[in-house]
Order: sequence, then structure tokens, then C-alpha cells
Amino acid sequence: MKILVCISHVPDTTAKINFTAGGAALDPNGVQFVINPYDEFGLTKALHLKEKHGGQVTVITFGDATVEATLRKALAIGADDAVRLDGVPTDPMQVAGELAAYAKDQGFDLIICGQESIDYNGGIVPGALAALMNLPFVNACIGLEVDGSNAQLLREIDGGKEQISAALPIVIGGKKGLVEESELRIPNMRGIMTARTKPLAVTPLSGSAALTAASGFTKPAAKAAVQLIDSSNLDELVRRLHEEAKVI
Amino acid sequence: MYPIQAQNNPELDAIREAAHDFAQQYIAPFVMEWDEAQTFPLQVFQAMGEMGFMGMLVDPKYGGSGLGYAEYITVIDEISQVCGSIGLSLAAHNSLCTQHINQFGTDEQKAKWLPRLASGQIVGAWGLTETGTGSDAGGMHTTATLDGDEWVLQGSKNFITHAITGEIAVVIARTGEKGDSHGMSAFVVEKGTAGFSGGKKENKLGMRASETACLFFDNCRIPKDHLLGKVGEGFIQSMKILDGGRISIAALSLGIAKGARNAALRYSQEREQFGKAISKFQAIAFKLADMDTEIYGSELMIRHAGSLKDQGLKVTKESAMAKYYASEVAVRVANEGLQIHGGYGFTKDYPAEKYYRDVKLCTIGEGTSEIQKLVISRDMLSA
Ligand SMILES: Cc1cc2nc3c(=O)[nH]c(=O)nc-3n(C[C@H](O)[C@H](O)[C@H](O)COP(=O)(O)OP(=O)(O)OC[C@H]3O[C@@H](n4cnc5c(N)ncnc54)[C@H](O)[C@@H]3O)c2cc1C
Ligand SMILES: Cc1cc2nc3c(=O)[nH]c(=O)nc-3n(C[C@H](O)[C@H](O)[C@H](O)COP(=O)(O)OP(=O)(O)OC[C@H]3O[C@@H](n4cnc5c(N)ncnc54)[C@H](O)[C@@H]3O)c2cc1C
Repeated sequence: MKILVCISHVPDTTAKINFTAGGAALDPNGVQFVINPYDEFGLTKALHLKEKHGGQVTVITFGDATVEATLRKALAIGADDAVRLDGVPTDPMQVAGELAAYAKDQGFDLIICGQESIDYNGGIVPGALAALMNLPFVNACIGLEVDGSNAQLLREIDGGKEQISAALPIVIGGKKGLVEESELRIPNMRGIMTARTKPLAVTPLSGSAALTAASGFTKPAAKAAVQLIDSSNLDELVRRLHEEAKVI
Repeated sequence: MYPIQAQNNPELDAIREAAHDFAQQYIAPFVMEWDEAQTFPLQVFQAMGEMGFMGMLVDPKYGGSGLGYAEYITVIDEISQVCGSIGLSLAAHNSLCTQHINQFGTDEQKAKWLPRLASGQIVGAWGLTETGTGSDAGGMHTTATLDGDEWVLQGSKNFITHAITGEIAVVIARTGEKGDSHGMSAFVVEKGTAGFSGGKKENKLGMRASETACLFFDNCRIPKDHLLGKVGEGFIQSMKILDGGRISIAALSLGIAKGARNAALRYSQEREQFGKAISKFQAIAFKLADMDTEIYGSELMIRHAGSLKDQGLKVTKESAMAKYYASEVAVRVANEGLQIHGGYGFTKDYPAEKYYRDVKLCTIGEGTSEIQKLVISRDMLSA
């Protein structure tokens, strides 16, 4: 089975985010980047499937050379080879277009994306990729098993789960549930050292156009300082909530 | 600030991240529980075996990770930032027991013992110290005498890490005259051997999750081929093992110092007195500056000693200097770190007190600070 895992390289959730002057772009200085958490669940699931059915797990990221550390980590965790689509993505349709252009002739049985990236939270790439490749698509995927040329999937829906079956090849947008947090793998020493010698192909772009351009970013207003009012002074609390905060 | 020597070394960065993530997931949540109950968490060492941390310096041919001191220092540093006890046990397992077999064992001996040690299936102990002879280890009383095809060990060892849980121990015993540095030899003793046993666990100030106890040898007979290297070389081998071991105790000191500094840095920015964060007082900020500078200095010394060792050079003096400096720095940092916490630092609600308790081992184990100065000055005076 040939599995492609699409990996988005995102700031660590604990990183302090700043924008460059004028708020035009993310300032990557001092930011620790990680594998998009949704993609890490997908990667781990891909490795489980490979261990069960045999095959090859390829990881792919559209990004500049700075994303290679993230790809090497995916290789250290256990992926067999990596592909970097060489460029700076600016729009989800462009990302989906490039991924589709790469994947179309490669004969993947399964293309695993994350449900969304935790940085730009577009949630667009997986669906657009499936559409461009004319493949079935299951989003919010929390369960996946393969038997022969079929996939049995579980999808999270409001207040329940939906069971879906589909013929391979298929694209999914995965999340926690594909595997549990405790199943995520920390790369071991051997994995890290062998990742160094696994193939990482740098591939030129096919020229998919970006259809949108962000013109600026703003951060939420800083929270005002918390005021503590002693529990013996309830009248004061009520007065402030009423007169100053105007919530009661 | 950049981690020293990690620039343009993506594998070392990745190893640091893996050790950090491991410590956060498998160690951090349980640190106080293990400390209070003096639990030696064997399962963590098995998990560290899967990570490749239990055979850092061992050839992959014997199931090790085949890495060097740069990587080894990084792992000990990261683990010790979270728990000194686990750092100490990891250092003792790798640098002492495992490394003694790795460095002086025959191919057969390595094939016999290293795979289980390096995979974390078992932990190893190393016995040099005795009740009567600590700094003066060469004066040991435990004896080994050859009787037919067996060595017979008689005596005891004191303060041995993993004396109870360790499945094997490398033991140094007297095979010649007292006062002769060529009068001692090294042996491997397996748990279960008649006449070999571990004593009661020491109740310690710090490093409480690292097991320390006596080893007893009562007419303990081991096969002749459990001798490591030649008869009479055991003490000389031990001194060579300690050259490497001290680098790992220096890395342990470094990790504890960083942990204590990070806790103090965080607390100093949260705690307010006189209407502002205490970090705004120069007296506190300057303590932080001293901590950071001294930590930087000790890391440079440790990394330098490690890189010399990786090149196969003799590092007796450099590792003694790194161990002496890094451990004294770590004691100062843990002390000032607790001071910055004020009364809260004296309680078990904050990590400062544990760093303060654990760190004191660093100026004692694998040669006290005084003994390091002896080693350093002896080298200077013999030149
Ligand atoms: C103004 C602007 C500037 C930007 N600048 C950058 C930049 O400098 N660098 C940068 O990396 N991104 C940049 N982006 C984001 C980029 O354009 C895409 O939007 C982003 O890669 C996909 O984000 P998303 O939230 O839509 O993805 P989603 O659709 O939420 O992602 C879902 C899944 O799609 C897959 N996926 C998403 N992105 C990629 C990728 N790049 N490679 C492989 N698989 C992927 C993953 O599996 C992911 O889990 C910028 C976006 C904007 C609007
Ligand atoms: C937690 C822990 C784990 C340990 N693990 C191991 C282990 O796994 N294997 C092992 O073999 N040992 C181990 N040890 C033993 C350790 O190496 C010794 O405790 C150490 O070498 C000091 O010996 P001592 O305790 O007998 O002190 P002593 O030698 O009695 O020293 C007492 C004091 O006298 C000073 N002193 C001694 N001689 C001189 C001198 N010539 N000049 C100046 N001052 C001097 C010392 O510096 C010290 O301050 C461990 C100890 C501890 C506490």
C-alpha cells in the first residue's frame, strides 16, 4: 500500500506569535515549528497501516528549506521517504494544486491530510486536493481501516459518528481518534540517525496559482489586568460588575 | 540563546527535542511521587531503552545507539532538567557498568551482556566504593581469588547505584597486594549468583528515585571468563571509566542547574512584591545573570571535554575540571534559585527544593570536588 501523508509545518501551540512590521506576515524569528498536530495523528496511523499491510509511507510538505527539519522528524518517526515542494505557499488552493500535481501520477492508495492546519486554520487543502484529483474525500476522520481495496472509515459528526466505506484511492482529513495521543511516537535515536540517510526529494513547483492574498493580520486586543476583590467585599464586587463592567 | 554546539547539527537538535519530549511525557508528571516514595521506576528505564538512551555509546552491532559524547551529554542534560534521579541512574548505567564492558570486554563478553543493557531490558550496576574506602578507592578490601575455573569474591561494596534492581554488576576487587594500583581486577557478577546480594536501600537527602544500596559477596563464585580485561588492570580501567563518567556527572549537574534556573526565572517574573515583579529588583536580576553565565561556562567546558573524548584523546584533567566546575556551579544555582523563591521555595509546591536536594550529590559522586582538585593539580604538578 502506498500512503502519502501531507504535512503542514506550523508554529508550536505554545509559541508567542508576532507579525512583521505592518502586520503583513508571520515573523518566524524565535518560533519553534512542529508537525501540525492533526497531521501527526495521520502520520502515526499511516505507520500503523504500513506495519499491518506492508507498503510505503511518503511525507510531503510544500514549503521552503526551513520545513526540512519537520520532514526529517517525520522520517525519524518512521516515514520511508519525504518530498518537499520547493516554494513558499500563500494560499490553500495553491497548496492543494501543487499537492495534486505531485500526487496524480504516483499511484497512492491513500492520501492522509489533517483536518486543518493549526496556524492558518483554513481547512481547505484536503477537500480541494480530493476535488482536483477527483477522489473520494472524508473529513473529520477519526477511524480508518483498510481491507483489500476498500477503506472503512469513521467520521465525527455532531453528537455521533458516521460509518463510511469507500473504494481506494481516497483522501482523508484526519484528527485525533485515528490514533490516540498515547500512540504518538517520539523519534528514537536510531530513527533520528537513519532519517539522515532516507531520501528527501526537493521538487520544483508545477505553477499552481494562488487565488487569494492576505493583506494583513491583527492580534486580539490584550486582555485587561484582572482585578481581585476580596470575598468579604461582595457589595463592591456587585457595584463594579454593574457600574463598570455593565454585565449585571 | 542557542543551545551550544547544536547550530548546524540538525540531528543533535532532534535528539534534544526527543529527550525533552520524553522527559515531559514519561518523567515530569511523576517526579514528586517517585521522590517522596523513593520509587525506582524501572519501567521508565525500559522505555528509555526503546528510545536508545540506555546504550548511547554502544555500537549498534550490540544493540546500542552508536553515538558520541555530544549526543550523550545532550540526553543527560535534558532528562536531568526534569529529574536528577533519572539523570543520575541513566549516567551510571551508561558510563559505568555498560561502558566498562563496552571498553574492556572481549567480543564474546560484549555480545553476552551489552544487548540487554543497551536495550534497557536490564539496568547495570558498577561497584568500586566500599564503606571504608570512598575517595581512597584503591585501598579496597573486597577480594577475588582464583579457585580452579572460578573466581571467589568476598567482601562488600557501598553506595552502589542499582545494587538491588541491577541484573548485572561490574565489580572491582583486590587480586593482588594492597597499595599496588595493579592489584585489583574487574569482574561481571550476575544477579542470582549464589553468595551475591543487594542490601537495604539508602534513605537519601536527594536523588531519591535513584536506587543506592550495598552489594554483598559471601563466598560468591563466578566463572573465570567473567574477568574483564587482564588480571591486575581493574583499578586502572576504573580510572579510565571515571574519565568518561565524570563528563556525564557534569552533564547531570548542567541539567539540574538549567532546571533550577528555569524555575527561578519563571517565578521571578510572576512573583510581585512592593508592587512589581521581583525580577525588576536588580538583586534578583543579577542572581539570574550569574546563574546564566556560570551555566554557559560549564556547558562550554563539558562540551569541550566531550569533544576531546569523541576524538579519542585523554581527558583525565578536562573531565575532572568540567565535573568540578559544573557541579559547584549547579549547587550555587540551585541555592540561589531557591532563594529567589523565598518561602515558597522551601515548600514542596515548587520544584526549587528538589533541585536543591538532588544537586548536592553532584559534588560527591564519582569523586568529590576535593578529589577532582587532586586530579587536576596532580596533572599540573607532574608536567
Ligand atoms: C498571507 C498568507 C501568507 C502565508 N504565508 C505562508 C508562509 O510564509 N509559509 C507557509 O507555510 N504558509 C503560508 N501561508 C499558508 C498557506 O498559504 C496555506 O494556507 C497553508 O499552507 C494551508 O493552510 P490552511 O490553513 O488552509 O490548511 P488546511 O486546509 O487547514 O490544512 C489541512 C491539511 O492540509 C495539509 N496541508 C496544508 N498545508 C500544507 C502544506 N504547505 N504542505 C503540505 N500539506 C499541507 C495538511 O495535511 C493539513 O493538515 C500563508 C497564508 C497566507 C494567507
Ligand atoms: C547517591 C550515590 C550514588 C553512588 N553511586 C556509586 C556507584 O554506583 N558506584 C560506586 O562505586 N560508588 C558510588 N557512590 C560512591 C561515591 O563515589 C563516593 O561516595 C565518593 O567517591 C566519596 O567517597 P566517600 O563517600 O567514602 O567519602 P570520603 O572519601 O570519606 O570523603 C569524605 C570527605 O573527605 C574528603 N577527602 C577524602 N580524601 C581527601 C583528600 N585526599 N584530600 C582532601 N579531601 C579528601 C572528601 O572530599 C569528602 O569531603 C555513590 C554515592 C552516592 C551518594
